[in-house]
Amino acid sequence: MTALPPFGARFENVTVTYPRSWSADANGAVHRTPGATALDGITCDIPAGQITGLLGRNGAGKSTMLGLLAAFRRPTHGSVVVGAGGDLRDPWEDAALTSAVQFVQDGGDVFADQKCADTLAYYADLRPEWDAGRAAELLDLFEIPVRKKPAALSRGKRSALAATIGLASRAPLTIFDEVYLGMDTPTRHAFYDALLADYAAHPRTIILSSHLVAETERLFEHVVLVDAGRVLLAEPADELRSRATALTGPASAVDRLTHGREVLDRQELGATAMVTVLGTMPDDAARAAAAEGVTVGGVGLESLFVHLTRKEARR
Amino acid sequence: MFDGPEPIYLQIAQLIRAQVLSGELAEEDQVMSTTQFATTFRINPATAQKAFGLLVDEQVLYKRRGLGMFVAPGARERLRSSHREDYFDKVLAPALAQAEVLGIPLDDVVGYIRDRRKPAADPHPPEEARS
Repeated sequence: MTALPPFGARFENVTVTYPRSWSADANGAVHRTPGATALDGITCDIPAGQITGLLGRNGAGKSTMLGLLAAFRRPTHGSVVVGAGGDLRDPWEDAALTSAVQFVQDGGDVFADQKCADTLAYYADLRPEWDAGRAAELLDLFEIPVRKKPAALSRGKRSALAATIGLASRAPLTIFDEVYLGMDTPTRHAFYDALLADYAAHPRTIILSSHLVAETERLFEHVVLVDAGRVLLAEPADELRSRATALTGPASAVDRLTHGREVLDRQELGATAMVTVLGTMPDDAARAAAAEGVTVGGVGLESLFVHLTRKEARR
Repeated sequence: MFDGPEPIYLQIAQLIRAQVLSGELAEEDQVMSTTQFATTFRINPATAQKAFGLLVDEQVLYKRRGLGMFVAPGARERLRSSHREDYFDKVLAPALAQAEVLGIPLDDVVGYIRDRRKPAADPHPPEEARS
């Protein structure tokens, strides 16, 4: 069969609030937790056919967003739509759409007390584009014993099993939510390599949520940065990398050059200051800065992530 | 590889330019495919594609349909002349600005350059002289 075209997705003014909950502690005292707002009116697009990085700190709302795309939950307000070729629809209880979306979440949706092979057979039935050959290669690569039960595997191997399901699904929208948890470095690298090779051979829409920014940023073509239930940025990864500029040099010159700009970070060491500002420096300004002994440099995605999601940066 | 803060496609383009300049990649040599680039350096294939697009615009690479990317005829010479123009602005000007900061008289700088050039047993004769 011919492969389905990649899926795009859109969040339109989406809010998700969790209901209040009650819990009792060991002394029998009852605590009420007020309803939490997981997503607070977010709007953004997931471009079709690209690898999107969904970045955010713990509790930022990443998993809630991804669960909406897979129709694991519904928004409290707003709309979430997915689909191919610009024909975006609500995936809720839509079998045709949900069969094309593979959501690999933390812990994986597996039959913990049955052989891994049973879980794989289940996904082979569920996903029309399932590639059994690819699955076998990946199980071999990650050294996953398919006769064992997922419950008997180490954390890293369970994550590798989840990654295998995502890659072999060939789903037009494949979502990996922090799938690398528990994987050791060689396994994570093997996963990134397998992901890129598979994506190059079978282009589709992939979303990878992560807070290991430095390690994963080069995989992304598009980046959505969320913090405290809001979208801070959603744009091509290369644009994001030229979002901020760092100026290093004599403090007085640096302060004069950055006057009136939005400062993300300021560090001082004796008479030298390093100031990170939003935006780029025009070439002539950069030359003028160099003449004053000030070095103008870019800011990596990870530094930008840290600056923008700091507690003090939240308004 | 490609750990600088600037956009990765610019770093890839810079690497290929340097390889063409040094002769490591000769004219009409095939360049790695976007897929090879992506899996070798663990980067998004679209990023490699963007670098190739930039180099095609600069006439450093050209595309052979169905075969891939190749180094364009005359690419090395084009790069040499464009880098020569940049040399004064981007390499020499900051060095001279620094000399000024340090209070090194221009005559000393010129004198240094003259002395450096003197050892006439030049291991790198100009291109024209060699052929």
